[in-house]
Amino acid sequence: MTYIAKPKFHHPGLKKNELGYTHRDYEGKISTLCAGCGHDSITASIIEACYELSIEPHRVAKISGIGCSSKTPDYFLGNSHGFNSVHGRMPSVLTGANLANRDLIYLGVSGDGDSASIGFGQFAHSIRRGVNMTYIVENNGVYGLTKGQFSATADRGSKSKKGVTNTDNAIDLVAIALQLGATFVARSFSGDKTQLVPLIAAAIRHKGASFIDVISPCIAFNNHAGSTKSFDYVREHNDAVNRLDVLVGRDPIAVDYAPGTVQMVEQHDGSKIALRKIDADYDPHDRLGAQTFLAKHAAKGQIVTGLLYVDPDAEDLHEHLNTVETPLNTLEADALCPGSAVLDKINASLR
Amino acid sequence: MPDKKPISSVNDFVVRFANVNGSGSASANEMFARAILRHGVPVSPRNIFPSNIQGLPTWYEVRVTEDGHLGARGGVDMMVAMNPQTWDKDVAGIEPGGYLFYDSTKPMPSTKFRDDITVIGVPLTAITNSTYTDPRQRQLFKNIIYLGSLSALLDMDPKLIEQLIGEQYKGKEKLLSSNVHALHLGRDWALQNLKCPIGLRVKKSDKVGDRIFIEGNSAAALGAVYGGATVCAWYPITPSSSVAEAFTAHCKKYRHDPETGKAKYAIVQGEDELASIGIVIGASWNGARAFTATSGPGISLMTEFIGLSYFAEIPAVIMNIQRAGPSTGMPTRTQQCDIIACAYASHGDTKHVLLFPEDPAEAFEFAAAAFDLAERLQTTIFLMLDLDIGMNHRLCRPLKWDDARQYDRGKVMTEEMLEEGRDFGRYLDVDGDGIPYRTYPGTHPTKGSYFTRGTSRDRYARYSEEGPVYADNMQRLVRKFETAQDLVPRPLQANAERPTKYGVIYFGSTSPAMDEAIGLLEARGHQLDRLRIRAFPFHSSVASFLAEHDFVYVVEQNRDSQLRQLIVNENGIDPVRLVPIVHYDGSPITARFIAKAIGDHQDHLKVTPLRKAVS
Ligand SMILES: Cc1ncc(C[n+]2csc(CCOP(=O)(O)OP(=O)(O)O)c2C)c(N)n1
Ligand code: SF4
Repeated sequence: MTYIAKPKFHHPGLKKNELGYTHRDYEGKISTLCAGCGHDSITASIIEACYELSIEPHRVAKISGIGCSSKTPDYFLGNSHGFNSVHGRMPSVLTGANLANRDLIYLGVSGDGDSASIGFGQFAHSIRRGVNMTYIVENNGVYGLTKGQFSATADRGSKSKKGVTNTDNAIDLVAIALQLGATFVARSFSGDKTQLVPLIAAAIRHKGASFIDVISPCIAFNNHAGSTKSFDYVREHNDAVNRLDVLVGRDPIAVDYAPGTVQMVEQHDGSKIALRKIDADYDPHDRLGAQTFLAKHAAKGQIVTGLLYVDPDAEDLHEHLNTVETPLNTLEADALCPGSAVLDKINASLR
Repeated sequence: MPDKKPISSVNDFVVRFANVNGSGSASANEMFARAILRHGVPVSPRNIFPSNIQGLPTWYEVRVTEDGHLGARGGVDMMVAMNPQTWDKDVAGIEPGGYLFYDSTKPMPSTKFRDDITVIGVPLTAITNSTYTDPRQRQLFKNIIYLGSLSALLDMDPKLIEQLIGEQYKGKEKLLSSNVHALHLGRDWALQNLKCPIGLRVKKSDKVGDRIFIEGNSAAALGAVYGGATVCAWYPITPSSSVAEAFTAHCKKYRHDPETGKAKYAIVQGEDELASIGIVIGASWNGARAFTATSGPGISLMTEFIGLSYFAEIPAVIMNIQRAGPSTGMPTRTQQCDIIACAYASHGDTKHVLLFPEDPAEAFEFAAAAFDLAERLQTTIFLMLDLDIGMNHRLCRPLKWDDARQYDRGKVMTEEMLEEGRDFGRYLDVDGDGIPYRTYPGTHPTKGSYFTRGTSRDRYARYSEEGPVYADNMQRLVRKFETAQDLVPRPLQANAERPTKYGVIYFGSTSPAMDEAIGLLEARGHQLDRLRIRAFPFHSSVASFLAEHDFVYVVEQNRDSQLRQLIVNENGIDPVRLVPIVHYDGSPITARFIAKAIGDHQDHLKVTPLRKAVS
């Protein structure tokens, strides 16, 4: 698989944001994900949010783990540095990057397999440290890249495409982020751009650990034996654990519904999820209230979406560590090295 | 009177303290070692401790060595037996003619002693109990009291010990005077009731010079401060924790902005080793100097990331303070057993740079150099210490720094360079040395950005699984490793007095024992040229050394002769000519061991020249 470069052509009439950047300046390579994958809709929302915020694209560092979701940073902000690290370890790499240069914007992209299984520990610890980042989990309940095994966010009782029933309890990353002290917690749906774009924008603006869980349907759910013959096109997957697979491309799922209402969304495989958009009068400054709200609706089988909690005065890891304002990666010997005179004193104290 | 003549020796003997972990003896024992240093007599102390916090046996050994032999000697001339639990073993371990010092408050049956040693009893508990009421005070001052008695028995100058106490409790007058008081309680009791001094004595000398007394871990941490490390991420593990702890302490002292009070560093105690190395890689990717310190089990966990650092070409510094493995092995015992694990860490074809300091002074130098190397080579650099250097005080030359030194940040393409229109291909070998240019995130609005990944890509960082593209990249990595040969510290060679066909290769903490062993071997009539390896990849002089000698002994502290394996593997030489000399019981290798192993082999080969100098 090689890259498909996007044509550089810019229509002169394209709308520009405050900085004079067009929408195209926030795009990346052409996606190699299955047509209809929810992750592509999230990519589009990230592009939209960055455009609207008038962010300088190169001032963003986009970091991910491994998985279909983790491939997406290649598909947005083509002029910023990206880092596709190792499976489940995006949070530590992002933490290190953030410590090195506090002046950039850090966007962490991960999957539910990446964050809720192998990377569960790193997810938790980056949140509890208050790393200034926007941590997005593109949550499809399965391992997409390795062929649809259950992930730890898959609901108990749900069935895999092979008909296996999941007997393990699901991990709700939003509930856990709240418990760990994330200072910005939201959930959304990949197809609900109206809701997702402002959430991403707000998360980027937020100082501290922002976490957004985005439900993102995987069309590979449909990839059972019966449907493989009638395909529209073939897509190769490009991880080392690869298989060549034949998937049916679908239109991305899109929804738009009013705050305070419940919307039933049918996924590609025909399964339905109930999304509840929180009311306009919901108080997102009450952590405990958010936890209760979440639990109450989960009991009813509803997935609550929207901004669940925010602490506008949050501190971040740099504040906890009391680091200098100057990015650490710009300090040189004159600022860092105590010099030979100090060393002589140290030597003298060691005799 | 013992039936063996008591050992008589000035400034050359071994005292071992047998204590109970948690009894507060460590500071008194260390003070004993320092007091001898203040007499101008070199010492080489070693902690011997179990992997347990409280209650179990612990030993502290002080080798007093006017000749300056800093390796472990083996054998004990005087045992300070303060632990009833290990009494039998401790008494059995004393050299014939040696001395046993014990707390004689409670009578002991004569079967508990030996006939060929001198037994010295001081009623330590009785003295302490009659002076102090508080139980903790009783425990702590008992240690100072035995220190006082020993000072009389070994003819030490009490003023020098008082001076040390004064330095330790500067500004805490009450503690100072009570410690001096306890010292004299023990000293006076010994002077009044025992025959002082005994055959073992400390006499003032001038053999210490300007050398300093420091632990390798602390020196390495200081090297990280001087070398410009700003990010440290670590997870506690013996024997490496004190690196991060010392780095924290040094940074608190030397790295705060005087005006704002803010820190010019960030230290994170990771949730595990995976996170620690991840943080290091993220920080280095973003242009900061970062390191972690760990030991064998941590290295095992880090290997996936180490492969990423190698393949995605991201600098990282790992200080590996080796302990006995495999698995949990013997967590508080020393070995040099991670050579292969580090040299080829991670899956696939990888090779990593290893640095082998011999003492704290080199630990400082190599630690600082590791950051230059990591950025120059854009890869992981391992600083390979071990428990023996890391957690023991060693006498070494003073630490030195050249104020004119600037950090080598390696090949970084700046905004200006990009603006000039320089061709930026993240994996382009512009200079033929295998080292490409990198850019830091955020450098330029439209140029120089790229995607870092562990998957294969072409010279312009574009994802590619084309066979030739992959092979081209892997070949460049080999070229880069060849470049490293000339950047890392070179081996040091020392030739025997007479030309010889035999050589010995060694590295790291084996150094002092090796230096001493050469003397012992010469006395047995064996001449050997020496090569101390200081880094992997091996410099070409290693191959030359091998070519110039019929047999080369490779001395190391692991079972499988890992350095030898690496030499054979990387130099393609006949393994028969490399004779493994291995010591791996967890205790530091001794000169006696090396001299015997090599000497016996030489004798066996019947290669010994005329035995002129056998005594
Ligand atoms: C150490 C390691 N183990 C396993 C894998 C294989 N692997 C690649 S992606 C993936 C799961 C990805 O799932 P998720 O994060 O949910 O992303 P999705 O593909 O569903 O978007 C796994 C198990 C790997 N790359 N590395
Ligand atoms: S397998 Fe699923 S998650 Fe992966 S690209 Fe296809 S639809 Fe998306």
